Amino acid sequence: MDHEQAFELLPGYIDEELSLSEALEFERHLAGCELCTQAYEQQRQVSARLREADMRVDAPPELVRRIRAALPVRRSLWQRLGERFGGLTVFGGAFGGAGSGNGGAKALGWAPLGAMVVSLVALTWSAGLYLTTPSGDTRLTEELVDSHVRSLQFDHLYDVISTDRHTVKPWFDGKIDFAPPVVDLAQQGYPLVGGRLDYLNGRSVAVMVYRYKLHPINLYVWPGNDAGATPHIYERQGYHLAHWSAAGMNYWAVTDAGDAELDGFITGLRAHSAS
Amino acid sequence: MADPIIAKRFEALLLPHMNSAFNVARWLTRNDQDAQDVVQEAYLRAFRYFGGFRGEDARAWLLSIVRNTFYTWHQQNRDHAADTTEFEEEMHSLEEIGAAGQDDSPEAALIRSQSQKRVHKALRSLRLEFREVVVLRELEDLSYKEIAAIVGIPMGTVMSRLGRGRQQLAALLAPTDQEA
Repeated sequence: MDHEQAFELLPGYIDEELSLSEALEFERHLAGCELCTQAYEQQRQVSARLREADMRVDAPPELVRRIRAALPVRRSLWQRLGERFGGLTVFGGAFGGAGSGNGGAKALGWAPLGAMVVSLVALTWSAGLYLTTPSGDTRLTEELVDSHVRSLQFDHLYDVISTDRHTVKPWFDGKIDFAPPVVDLAQQGYPLVGGRLDYLNGRSVAVMVYRYKLHPINLYVWPGNDAGATPHIYERQGYHLAHWSAAGMNYWAVTDAGDAELDGFITGLRAHSAS
Repeated sequence: MADPIIAKRFEALLLPHMNSAFNVARWLTRNDQDAQDVVQEAYLRAFRYFGGFRGEDARAWLLSIVRNTFYTWHQQNRDHAADTTEFEEEMHSLEEIGAAGQDDSPEAALIRSQSQKRVHKALRSLRLEFREVVVLRELEDLSYKEIAAIVGIPMGTVMSRLGRGRQQLAALLAPTDQEA
């Protein structure tokens, strides 16, 4: 073991994190190396002083109370979080959080375009799919929009980042008690970018994250048959949501992209699942 | 709305680690009020992702969320970082330490409190990437493996950062020590 190698292992020796053979080799080197001996003494003393100084401070009782009181009632806290980060419908936040290096200027440029798409679509494309909000679903759609927005704000869009469905699908194994269908829609213009676990409607759900251009699409999936096979499209706070059930799974897609884009996504997804 | 059984399980597993969470957040933010905010947000996140928790080490799991929450906060607050208030607790806790001296004369207590103050300041001034591993190791007594998982770096990197962090602390603490 040369000096450089030994020096690297020095912290591990202090912390007793070396294997026995490493520790023995290190000791052999230490015995004949002044530099290492000096560094060893310094580091050991620093470690001891930090531990002696007792620099831990317990959580203040008010924080304990605050968290305890807050936990079961999640919505009010989410709202509080929304306030903290300055509003729930921030396009800049969405892009800044989702893409790396997309500046605020770019994000601003998209907002009017998004609005245009929405109004254009609302005018010309109201045939088959219509905007309804049955009261029973209202709470859930709110929760979904919150969840979607938070996933962007917290920069926690995905737990597993991969464009490969053979990576994303196995990632869910053992984390949830069902196997969400994961498909690749890159050819249709909706590349898969990752997946994550989320907590929704009182249960753990799988979320596959796709992208249409710069717009993230969160696809929430959990077992059940709450809706028909025909997707219902909702609009809420400028976001578009779609809800349908297929093959024993409930699907919710949420995005800030226009509903035509969302419809294209759903069509691609359903065609893929059917094949 | 939240499943009461899940909420109970969450409380039982994660609330006991609030002191660790607060301690780590406090040394990362270097500010008590911010640390409280970070911890509260971290608990919310933890609750949200609790479905993904499979009964591994709850404290390490929570601390990784605390760390991530901190970094989100840190990015958002970088502009205001310059005018964050001082470590409010610093003087307070130092007084406490001085008062809690075993059987010492006032001079001995004073020297010890000054020495502790230096340790405090030194750690506080350490660069974030070193500070976090030093805090997780020396204050939270976590293993390299746990630290590697929390910070998301290989164990070899944990070791080298710890070494460099301690070496820097030694340099910061050395000259004034001789005066004392």
